[in-house]
This record gives sequence, C-alpha cells and structure tokens, in this order.
Amino acid sequence: MSSRRSRSRQSSGSRITDDQIIDLVSKLQQLIPELRGRRSDKVSASKVLQETCNYIRNLHREVDGLSDWLSRLLASADTDSDQAAIIRNLLME
Amino acid sequence: MASMIMNPVTNSDSDRSRRKKKKSMIKDNQTNQSHITRWKSEAQQQIYSSKLLQALSQVSLDAPSSSAPRGGRLVREAADRALAVAAKGRTRWSRAILTGRLKLKFRKQKRQRGSAVAAVTGSSRSKKQRFSVSKLKAKSLPAVQRKVKVLGRLVPGCRKQPFPVILEEATDYIAALEMQVRAMSTLADLLSGSGATSSGSAPPLPPTSQ
Repeated sequence: MSSRRSRSRQSSGSRITDDQIIDLVSKLQQLIPELRGRRSDKVSASKVLQETCNYIRNLHREVDGLSDWLSRLLASADTDSDQAAIIRNLLME
Repeated sequence: MASMIMNPVTNSDSDRSRRKKKKSMIKDNQTNQSHITRWKSEAQQQIYSSKLLQALSQVSLDAPSSSAPRGGRLVREAADRALAVAAKGRTRWSRAILTGRLKLKFRKQKRQRGSAVAAVTGSSRSKKQRFSVSKLKAKSLPAVQRKVKVLGRLVPGCRKQPFPVILEEATDYIAALEMQVRAMSTLADLLSGSGATSSGSAPPLPPTSQ
C-alpha cells in the first residue's frame, strides 16, 4: 500500500494517481451513449476520447441548430399574434 | 497499512495528512458526481430555461429584425452564457465562457510542455505496472495525446490544462450540454406552437411526424 503512495508522489508533483485517471475515463465512458453498455476493460482510453470528442461536436451542432431555430421563431413570431402573445408572456416573467 | 497498525501514535500525523489528501480527493470526486447528476434534474432544467428566457428577451429586444444566421449566433451565445451562469462558476469551462469567448479562439498551444509531462509520467509508471498495460501506456501514446488536445480545444477554457482536469471538465460539460439541448428543444417546441416535432431535434433533421 505504501508503494501506491510513493508512486503518486513521484508523478512530477501533480499527485495524480493512475486510479484517478482510469476512474475519470470510465466515468466519461458512462456518459457517452455509444459506449455506455460496454465493459470498461474492453474499450480503450483512445476510443473513449475519440467518442467523447465526436459526442461533444454533435452536441454543439445540435445546440447551433436549435439556436437557429429559436432565432427564426423569435423573428417570425412578431407577425403572428398568437405566437407573439405566448412569447411575450414567457419573456416577461 | 502495516505501519498504521504497528505505530498508531507516531505515524498518526503523517497518516492524517495523507488521509486528508485522500479525503479531499474523494470529496472532489463526490461533489463532481453530484454536479453531474444535478444537470439531469428537472429543477436544474427549469432554472436554466428561465435564465435562457431572460437572456433571450434581451436578445430579441435589441435586434428584433435580425437575419437568421446572425440571430442564431446571438441565441447560441446567450444560451451558452446562461448555461455557464447555471453552473455557478464551479467549473473551468463555465468561468471561461463568462470571462469572454474571444480569448479562447486563437491561442497557440505549447506542445513542448505536454510532451515533457508525458515523458516524466511515462517513465515513472513503467517501473510499477500493477494494472492493465494498455490503459497505462495509453496516456503516453501520441494518439491519445492528440485526442486529449482536441478534447481540450472542444471544452471551453481547457486548452492548457493537464489530462485529468480536461477529463473532469469534459464530464461536467457533456452533462451540461445535454441539459442545454433538452431545455432548448422544449422551448422551441413550445414556441413553435405546432407541436409537430415530438423528437425535439433541430429542423435539418427530419421530424418524426413527417
């Protein structure tokens, strides 16, 4: 057990243990829908990182698409009275 | 462990300091986990939605006749700012968004620092391999290094951060982004009024009803 502590002291003063890294990578893996069901020792860290990058890029694209949609809704709703009323109610709360 | 049993009195201070370090690390992990589950709660989504609506009201008042691409960018920035505020500044990415997005775009990366760290940790780890070799060597592989750098660029404020920090920030950022997508699609459904798109995805993707 003492060897684990001494190893953590050796890693250039950053005090990051291997356990922590493995733990973080497996936590990340649980978040990604594609890799969620697989066992952690069957998925390499490289694949987890790759899928993480892809997933974040997908989420960014979704948010961009939703932002465009919302902006168009807000812009076009000025003409339509029903929608404008709804929006005004929501925004003024 | 044996030293703890044999000399409880003399080693108590050093053990306590070591235990304190471990406790703080464990507490960090626990608070991180509670943060991540926080993003999934309904309450958090409602808080975010109300913040987003406030931000959007400012956006639409300033530029009521904005064209779609420009307006989309404004909405995206307002949404990200609202998300960062909802994070309450506990994470790097949220602080980075709030202090200004322009800073993040054109920074040069210092690769020398990254490779030096990899060399040191690689040598210290090769002496004591108690866990699976693939996982340990993965950190010093150039492919993994490159992917971590890419990940660091994707998560705001994490370009120069060390490997574990990037991983932590990424886990929280992904949970927050998922909540942002849920909140914005719910809002867009509400505002569109037709309710045709039950999946709540963006218009480029084909809605289920069509």
